Amino acid sequence: MAQVSSTADEQAPNLLSTSKSVLLKISRFNPESDDSSKFMEFSIPYQKWTTVLEAILDVKKHFDHSVAVRYSCRQATCGSCGMLINGKPRLACFTKISELDSDVVTVEPMNNFPVIRDLAVRFEKLFDKHQKIKPYVIRDDTELESDQREFLQSPEEVEQYIQFANCIKCGLCNSACPTMATDSSFVGPQALAQAYRYVADSRDKGNDDRLNIIDESHGIWRCHFAGSCSQVCPKGVDPAMGIQFLRGYLLGFRN
Amino acid sequence: MTKDENNGGIKRMVNPNRFGIERIAYLLMRLTGLGLLGYFIAHVYETSNILRGRMGWDDFLAMTQTTEGHIFLVLVIGMCVFHTGNGIRIMLGHGGVGVGKPARPDYPYDPASQNYRHKIGIYSSIVLAAAAMMYGMAVMFGE
Repeated sequence: MAQVSSTADEQAPNLLSTSKSVLLKISRFNPESDDSSKFMEFSIPYQKWTTVLEAILDVKKHFDHSVAVRYSCRQATCGSCGMLINGKPRLACFTKISELDSDVVTVEPMNNFPVIRDLAVRFEKLFDKHQKIKPYVIRDDTELESDQREFLQSPEEVEQYIQFANCIKCGLCNSACPTMATDSSFVGPQALAQAYRYVADSRDKGNDDRLNIIDESHGIWRCHFAGSCSQVCPKGVDPAMGIQFLRGYLLGFRN
Repeated sequence: MTKDENNGGIKRMVNPNRFGIERIAYLLMRLTGLGLLGYFIAHVYETSNILRGRMGWDDFLAMTQTTEGHIFLVLVIGMCVFHTGNGIRIMLGHGGVGVGKPARPDYPYDPASQNYRHKIGIYSSIVLAAAAMMYGMAVMFGE
């Protein structure tokens, strides 16, 4: 134990000495009063484990408390802190400054979402579209009317959809989607991936309903398989895969 | 930046940075599609010149025998080959072919739909388009 303590004591100064500084550029924009966004710059010290969210909170604590940012869990579970970090949609709590490999970190609000202020964006449309595809198991029978109290599934049946059940509704996929940049009515990769999640669920009997909802001019056919949604997903949901499978159902390639 | 949408519009749609070769293929697919549409319209106009008789037809056809005309046709060859090759890849993907299988994701969450098959398809389409353009140049400028 003494040796371990000694090692820890020896390492502590080294860890502190590896502290570097990064130029954090934060986009500031208030739709109520500003015509355009502008950047404020802060020099922030960081360690190799410092996340972008921690750097932003450092700015709020020590430099400018008026910076607007939404966050909650700090562990990539709540999906609140999505933003453009060096031009790419990422979760601020899940992105370490050291992994960006840059002396400048630029943070902006996510594309394709209305800005509330600074880095905080509105999620109403995302949630509306998610709600639109009926994100719940639909069945004719109910537990109350049946003797069977559970809807049993085999492990293989669970594998068909469990990946898509990891969605935390952070909106990064919708922000990266090139179609959403020009068509705000597009259902979007988040809702389409969730449609697949329930279509692929062996317990669900609402496939026809969902496929009818997404089979429209601003629905699944506007996806052109650019794949950017899957590249930015912080939970490995791979919306592009789900969308192509859904389209396979509609085209008759899949049962 | 607009208050209501914060959509980047076409400027953001055509920006291929930071999203890998798949996003570049998406952009090239759109550009070559528009280019081929333009060529199709021009081709209909060109062939309609036959109504002006042999002289009119020959006069118009002479435009394609210039250096600029050859460069235009080389571009059309490249657009056609890339759009065909990448189009086959996308059509297969749209049917759910070659996009991987659903599985429990493991960190660092590399998307299975962006797999090596599709990357090979994209790079092959680009290489084939370049080879076809070089062959076209050899035929047209090698006279």
